[in-house]
Amino acid sequence: MEAISHAGTVLGVLAKDGVVLAAEKKVTGKLLDLSEAKQGGYGGSGEKIFLLNSNVIGGVAGLTADGNSLINYARSAAQQHLLNYNEDIPVELLAQRLCDLKQGYTQYGGLRPFGVSLLYAGYDPHYQFQLYHSDPSGNYSGWKATCIGANNGTAQSLLKQEYKDDITVEDAIGLVVRTMSKTMDSTTLGSEKLEFAVLTLDPETKEPKAKIYRPVEVDALLVKHGLAKKDEDTEMKTA
Amino acid sequence: MECSFALTGKDYVLVAADTTSARSIIKMKIDEDKIKTLSPHLLMAYSGEPGDTVQFAEYIERNIRLYHIRNLYPLRPQSAAAWIRRSLAESLRSRHPYSVNLLVGGFDTADQSPHLYWIDYLGTMATVPYAAHGYGSYFASSLLDRYHNPDGTLEEGLATLRRAIDETSKRLIVAPGKYMVKVVDKDGIREIEL
Repeated sequence: MEAISHAGTVLGVLAKDGVVLAAEKKVTGKLLDLSEAKQGGYGGSGEKIFLLNSNVIGGVAGLTADGNSLINYARSAAQQHLLNYNEDIPVELLAQRLCDLKQGYTQYGGLRPFGVSLLYAGYDPHYQFQLYHSDPSGNYSGWKATCIGANNGTAQSLLKQEYKDDITVEDAIGLVVRTMSKTMDSTTLGSEKLEFAVLTLDPETKEPKAKIYRPVEVDALLVKHGLAKKDEDTEMKTA
Repeated sequence: MECSFALTGKDYVLVAADTTSARSIIKMKIDEDKIKTLSPHLLMAYSGEPGDTVQFAEYIERNIRLYHIRNLYPLRPQSAAAWIRRSLAESLRSRHPYSVNLLVGGFDTADQSPHLYWIDYLGTMATVPYAAHGYGSYFASSLLDRYHNPDGTLEEGLATLRRAIDETSKRLIVAPGKYMVKVVDKDGIREIEL
């Protein structure tokens, strides 16, 4: 729990036609090689936000190594469900699978629990768009908007003030970017500090479509919302 | 000999199975229900090796019920059918495989559509608009092909089903005498007198 309260913030907002996730990256620096994140893969830099299944995106806060192990487990669980039932795993069931694993480590002696909190942004035909949070003890709960990691209290109160029921994805993206800019420790916002993802329905196929933003797309998004690096200070006051 | 039929309509699935239970040349029972209710919107007609049928059907029934209890919502018809097929396919590769043929019909409440699956004891599954198992299939397939209307009303579907059953009764030497008919739609499952 202690590790998580220091970890980079991960924030999720549920909209009526999608779910938005954003995460603050802690590991940065001029010498860090980010070239891998710029192209290849499915977007994102693979540090905080991951594609768990075609219908679920996961955001991780806590010990990165533990997180990677859980991501791996989640992906296996999702594929196992696909094999057995020929359908995408329902979001809550995936959260339950991980929580069953996490709970196990709190019950038996000798082993250390996973120091990881997760946000799950997903879609299934039973409950449509959903946002779940799970903590290291194996508790999970569903949310309209929530936040884990450092400064989660500030972010939660900001979200509580600004969240409206039947918010659209576009508005949710704006809300997430604004809240992120206010809660992050650093004063500069940019793709090297931020990961971003949106889950919507493909208008043609009606299948869930997960989009994890590439660094250039994150920068473009910040420019669009007037929160890019340079004019940060003036914009912060008006936001 | 055992016969089962099923067909889809605009917003329902009809499932029919004979009600005779026979051993060798002897009829032991004439009111056996061979259509299981797996969930509020899912039916399964089963036929095949006596003993295997009931054992396997109960195994499926209880596992689908367990999923429903654990997750508060039942499996959707396509997922249930995929899981049932998988169970049969795994059984086929075991030392004592189940010899059971199935027709799985359900109504998906998530998108309001009827679904029908034809599954045999080898674990073959096909998504179909109409289906039959047993000797009746030799007589009914052509009739269902000619008269089935995927957008038909319940009355139209029942007329087509009656045709298939009547033809089987007329031409098949060992035709079963009585059938049980069940329908599944948005309101759930109910039995229908043919």
